[in-house]
Amino acid sequence: MHKNHTAPLFHITKRKTLPWYQAWLIRGAAIVLALLADAVVTTVLTGENPVAVYATMFSGALGTKRRIWMTAQELAILLCVSLAVTPAFKMRFWNVGGEGQILAGGLATASCMILLGDKLPGWLLLTVMLVCSLAAGALWGAIPAIFKAKWNTNETLFTLMMNYVATQLVAFFVIVWETPKGSGTIGIINQKTQAGWLPTLLGQKYLLNILVVAVLTVLMYFYLSRSKQGYEISVVGESERTARYVGIKVGRVIVRTMLLSGAICGLAGFLLVGGTDHTINTTLAGGRGFTAVMVAWLAKFNPIIMILTSLLLVFLSRGAGEISTKFGLNHAFGDILTGIILFFIIGSEFFITYKLSLSKGAKKEG
Amino acid sequence: MENLEKIPAVKMRDISKSFGTVLANDKVWLDIYRGEILALLGENGSGKTTLMNMLSGIYFPDEGQIFIDDKEVVIASPRDAFAHGIGMIHQHFKLVDVLTAAENIVLGLKEPGRLNIDKVAQKVRQICDAYGFDVDPYQKVYNMSVSQKQTVEIVKVLYRGADILILDEPTAVLTPQETDKLFAVLRNMRDAGKAIVIITHKMHEVMSLSDRVAILRHGQFVGDMPTKATTAQEMTNMMVGRPVSLNINRPDPVDPKPRIVVEGLTVRDIEGSVKLEDVNFTIRSGEILGVAGISGSGQKELLEAIAGLQVVEKGSIRYVDDQGHQEELVGKDPLEIAAKGVALSFVPEDRLGMGLVGSMDLTDNMMLRSFRKGHSLFANRKAPRELAERVVKELEVNTPGVSTPVRRLSGGNVQKVLVGREIASAPSVLLTAYAVRGLDINSSYTIYDLITKQKLAGVAVVYVGEDLDVLLELCDRILVLCGGKVSGIVEGRGASKPQVGMMMTHLGGKTNA
Repeated sequence: MHKNHTAPLFHITKRKTLPWYQAWLIRGAAIVLALLADAVVTTVLTGENPVAVYATMFSGALGTKRRIWMTAQELAILLCVSLAVTPAFKMRFWNVGGEGQILAGGLATASCMILLGDKLPGWLLLTVMLVCSLAAGALWGAIPAIFKAKWNTNETLFTLMMNYVATQLVAFFVIVWETPKGSGTIGIINQKTQAGWLPTLLGQKYLLNILVVAVLTVLMYFYLSRSKQGYEISVVGESERTARYVGIKVGRVIVRTMLLSGAICGLAGFLLVGGTDHTINTTLAGGRGFTAVMVAWLAKFNPIIMILTSLLLVFLSRGAGEISTKFGLNHAFGDILTGIILFFIIGSEFFITYKLSLSKGAKKEG
Repeated sequence: MENLEKIPAVKMRDISKSFGTVLANDKVWLDIYRGEILALLGENGSGKTTLMNMLSGIYFPDEGQIFIDDKEVVIASPRDAFAHGIGMIHQHFKLVDVLTAAENIVLGLKEPGRLNIDKVAQKVRQICDAYGFDVDPYQKVYNMSVSQKQTVEIVKVLYRGADILILDEPTAVLTPQETDKLFAVLRNMRDAGKAIVIITHKMHEVMSLSDRVAILRHGQFVGDMPTKATTAQEMTNMMVGRPVSLNINRPDPVDPKPRIVVEGLTVRDIEGSVKLEDVNFTIRSGEILGVAGISGSGQKELLEAIAGLQVVEKGSIRYVDDQGHQEELVGKDPLEIAAKGVALSFVPEDRLGMGLVGSMDLTDNMMLRSFRKGHSLFANRKAPRELAERVVKELEVNTPGVSTPVRRLSGGNVQKVLVGREIASAPSVLLTAYAVRGLDINSSYTIYDLITKQKLAGVAVVYVGEDLDVLLELCDRILVLCGGKVSGIVEGRGASKPQVGMMMTHLGGKTNA
């Protein structure tokens, strides 16, 4: 009875909420498709066997015990930064200043280690380092927030600019503290005394970092979903007018949230300088302030899901690095493969929210 | 008049459309004729707008057929709809503010050759003259009043050659005078042979304007008939599916005592223009004070000033409690007002942009007022959930559950959630702005009833409204605003519609001709 004369080939309708397993089925299918697409690209462009490339990717990220620890450590730091930007993003405050806030925290940590390394007992030094890094990150986050709250400045530009200021500050202090003179680097700080180095737990250098971030993830989850402040953040993010209507002081929430966001970035700087690198340079943050934005969005600002999304990104980046070295390929090739995979995964969200139906008659209910 | 012999301009047959699990239209039949104004009636969420959106190419039906002049057509996009001469004027205007009327009208049209805006303007003028519109083609949209913008929307679809026009609640934003003007134009278009469909909730408009009515209930077509052969009561019963009383109950005020005293209130907006000037009046407990006025006469500023959301330039707003103790509200924000023990509830005009958070569920919206309670770091969601469940039950909110985002609810249900929350806190003052705007009859009467119950409980109620008939039936006293000044205060019992209408346009209600 229905004929499709000139009916559109398909039309797009919004789905009702999918059960979680169907949503994950779609995401799984996206990854499989992405791997197929990558296989084609690999064969066509390089002539390498895609299966071997994937195996290399996997071993690059998780092949040895050491690599697993490295991946876990990378995951922890990226997750830490992602957790940091999440409250700001939930508030619709586009904090793209993670880089600067990490550098500020890292610089504070490094200066404590250099200036106070031989003056304070170990536990006190670590405490001072922690407090200073949190404060420095918080300050770096709060400056754009205060301007936003008072004069409604654009926070995207402001936080972005603060990144450059932080980079230049670090560059300056690297010259001030460079060892040996003329090298242009600080070198490993307190290499002999190991003053201000985070302690190794159970003989594992990275375990403490990982534990700290794990605890932070749980705290952030409850802060955002259960606490009064988390609720205020959501209300301000959704509608400032509603917030004012119920007596929420919007400016205060913006500044308070950015203090928190900046402080956690500062913590990431602390973990990087005190826990893993034991030095500082302008590339300390390594783009994590931006990658974190993607991690947070992909997880729809759910801290628990962020464990998975940051794992994905860390896995891809470490795997891509390994491919480049092992097959002697340009590093950009690994990035191409990573890009294709991300494209499919982000694209799959469209199919989770919407449904493509072929023309009427093609599908019957029931 | 001889509809039986005429071929319908539009025939919709067995049209079904579902959104997720909600069946918005269920095998609907509808005929639209040329030279006739059809009023499409139904409660909120009965599927009127969905049905018309399918005709105008915004949605695509899941099932069913559409015939134009007896030929089956497929309408897959607004462009297809235009090709068949169908144009829809939406509730929310889709105009570009920085462009002129003429530029908006040709926007998106692919006419051959270079664009000659003067030619467009000329054609716009022709259309205006033909039907009695009043549009300056060179006026920028941001300089226009709501009614002018609406006129541009109508001219836009006529310019595209539409002869089947659909208007979705066109009078919701108009003053009585503007409404009369619109109706005159619509009658002209009908007489010129156009088919017109109007979606509205206002019964007296249906009676005065339409030739035929068609009624939907819960997505299903329940009948159509000539307007002359029916009554408001019969139509309402068909819409609701059971007999409904159309009388507003107005009990006498309960022990009225001054509750809020406003003196010399002057308010400016951000641009510095005066919105309220030297406003004096008293809100009394146990009575409903109506506020009438053309939209934008200072109603919003008045309520927001009392609620602590508007900067006051001059004057005082004093709250008087039962013991006669007075509290100045000017200069305090909503939190400070509440801290002084003033139980003030406010149902703002902008429900989803101010009163509620659209993406949050019912529980979280109930929490907006109460989340600060207690010293815990964490918010208690148990009490708000119970409140949400109570509101859903007592006000008959139609929702899948208390975890549904309020944005997904229909207008009437959104309003019930908001009003339910505001009266749950046992207020001593209840401010409402356009509490029934966009609501169907049944929901409107539920709201009137709730408001009257608050009055009987001794609450001082302010009811800002746009429907004079309702104001005159519901309120004990009516404050009339005209250009930010008090034009006068009249007793609700005994005041006449022309008298209040005159006061809305002329200070004191006197023409100084």
